[in-house]
Amino acid sequence: MQKEIIIAGFGGQGVLFAGQLLTYAAMDQGLQVTWIPSYGPEMRGGTANCTVVISDDEIGSPMVSRPSAVIAMNLPSLDKYEDKVKDGGVLVVNQSMVDREVRRSDIKVTMVPANTIAEELGDKRMTNMVLLGALLANLDILPVEAVEKALKEHLPEKHHKLLTLNKEAMQRGGSYVAAAISV
Amino acid sequence: MAKELMKGNVAIAEAAVRAGLNAYFGYPITPQTELLEYLSSRMPELGRTFLQAESELGAINMVYGAACTGARVMSSSSSPGVSLMMEGVSYIAGTELPVVLVDVMRGGPGLGNIAPAQADYNQIVHGGGHGDYHPIVLAPANIQEAIDLTYGAFDLAEKYRSIVVILADGSLGQLMEPAELPEMKPAIMRTPDWATYGSEGRERRFLTSIDLDPSQQEKTNFRLEHRWQEIKANEVQYKEYYLDDAEYAVVGFGTSGRIALSAVRAARAKGIKIGLFRPVSLAPYPEKELYELSKQLKGLLVVEMNAGQMLEDVLNITRSQIPVEFYGRMGGILPMPEEIEAEIDRMVNDPTETDGHPRDRWLARFGKMN
Repeated sequence: MQKEIIIAGFGGQGVLFAGQLLTYAAMDQGLQVTWIPSYGPEMRGGTANCTVVISDDEIGSPMVSRPSAVIAMNLPSLDKYEDKVKDGGVLVVNQSMVDREVRRSDIKVTMVPANTIAEELGDKRMTNMVLLGALLANLDILPVEAVEKALKEHLPEKHHKLLTLNKEAMQRGGSYVAAAISV
Repeated sequence: MAKELMKGNVAIAEAAVRAGLNAYFGYPITPQTELLEYLSSRMPELGRTFLQAESELGAINMVYGAACTGARVMSSSSSPGVSLMMEGVSYIAGTELPVVLVDVMRGGPGLGNIAPAQADYNQIVHGGGHGDYHPIVLAPANIQEAIDLTYGAFDLAEKYRSIVVILADGSLGQLMEPAELPEMKPAIMRTPDWATYGSEGRERRFLTSIDLDPSQQEKTNFRLEHRWQEIKANEVQYKEYYLDDAEYAVVGFGTSGRIALSAVRAARAKGIKIGLFRPVSLAPYPEKELYELSKQLKGLLVVEMNAGQMLEDVLNITRSQIPVEFYGRMGGILPMPEEIEAEIDRMVNDPTETDGHPRDRWLARFGKMN
C-alpha cells in the first residue's frame, strides 16, 4: 500500500502544516511517511505545496508526478495539478477560491467551499483543516481520529484551545464525499 | 526510543550533538542553513561551542584548529561554500586530523541555485583540495541513514585520523521523515597521542601540513595511502534491493538512489527482473561488490543528479563487461520515477545503441530537448 498526496495553495493557507499533520498521523499509526515542501521561485508569494507519501514499506521517491490525491486550495493549484492526479484518484478543491469546474471525469472530485465553512466556524485559518477532513473522507488512508489525535499530540500546548474548532472543521469537510466515478 | 519527525538538516545536526560534538563552526548557506540555525541554539544550551564564522574560510580553519586539540568538531555548508573550504580541507588532510564535514549539495556550477543536486560528487569523492588524500564520503538517502551515518562519522574520523564528509543534497535537507535518534553522549574531548591540548609535564607536540623535505613528505603520503587501503578494506557500506534474481540493475546514490527504488519497483511490477544497488559509502566505493554483481547482469543503468560523475567510476569498476546506460538530471532538478522507469524499459526492451560512451548516448537522447 502506498498513497501520495499533494497539498497546494498560496503561502499562508496552511498548506505545509496540513501536510505535516497528515505526516504525524501516519507516523503515529506506525506507517512509513515522507513530507517534502516544494522548491523554487514559488516559495515566495506565489503557490506553496508539499508532497506527503504514506506507505507500509520503505519509501522510494518522496516526490511524485502522479499523486493518488491532491488538495487544490486555489485556482493556480487546480490548474497545475488537475491533470496529474492518478486515474481513479481523488481531487479535493477549495471551491471558494476557484471559478471553474473540474474537467476530468475519471477521478473522484469533491468541491468544498472551505473558506465559507471556515468563516462560519469563526476562524478563516480553519480552511486547511476543512479540506483535510474532506481528503480523509474520500481517500482511504487514515481514519480522521488518527489525525485528531496527531493534532492533540503535536500541536504546541498554547494552541490547544483550538483543538475543538480544528476537529469541527475536519468534520464539516468530511461531509463532502465525492460521487462515484461514472465511466 | 520513539520515532520523531525531523527535517534532514535538523536530524543531521541533532545526530552530531548526540555523537558528542564539542564545537561547531560554520557559515549559513541555503539549503543547509537549518543545520547551522539549529545548532546555534542547541550547542550553547548544552554549554558547547557554536560559532558563526565570518566566512566558510574562517569556519574551516577554526575547525582545523579545534580538531588539533582532540575535540569532536564539525562544519557544514552547501556546494559553493564547500568550494571555499577546500584549501582548509587539504590542510586538515595533510595534518591528519579527524573532522566531520556536511555538504548539502545544490545546483551549480557557480552560484547556481538552491535546489537539490549531486554535481559535487567528483569534487568530494575524488578530492577537491590539492594533494594526495582520500576523504571518507558517506551518502545518506533517508533521514534515518543521515542520522546513523552522522552519528558514526566521528568515530570513523578519529579511527583513521581522516576527514569524513556526509554528502547529502538539498532535498534530503528539507525532507521530513520519522526517524529514531541515538543516545546522547557528552561533549567529547579526546587526548590521543598526537593532539595539542597543552603540553605541561610532557614533550611538546607539533601539528602541521608542511614538510619541506620531500622524502619526509613522501613518507606522509605513503602513510595516507596505506591508511586508505585499510579504510577500503573495512569501511565499505551499500544497500541492495531486489538483486537476488536480478538480470538488470540501477545504480544510484543518495536521493537519486531512493527515487530509483520507486522506478525499480514499478519495473518489477511489469515483470522486469531488476534491482537497485545503492552505494552508501562513495569513498571507499563498494567496488568489489558492484563488480561481482555486474557478472550476473545483462545491463546496468546509472542514475545521478549530475552529468554522469559516478558513472565514470561505475564504468571503471564494471570493466566494460556489460552494457552500461546513464540517465541524469541537472541544475537542481530531481529525476522523477517515471523518467527512470522509461530508461529501464529502453535498456531492457530496446538495447540497440551500445556504441560509444553512455554519457554521449544520454546527451544524444536528451540534449536535443534543451
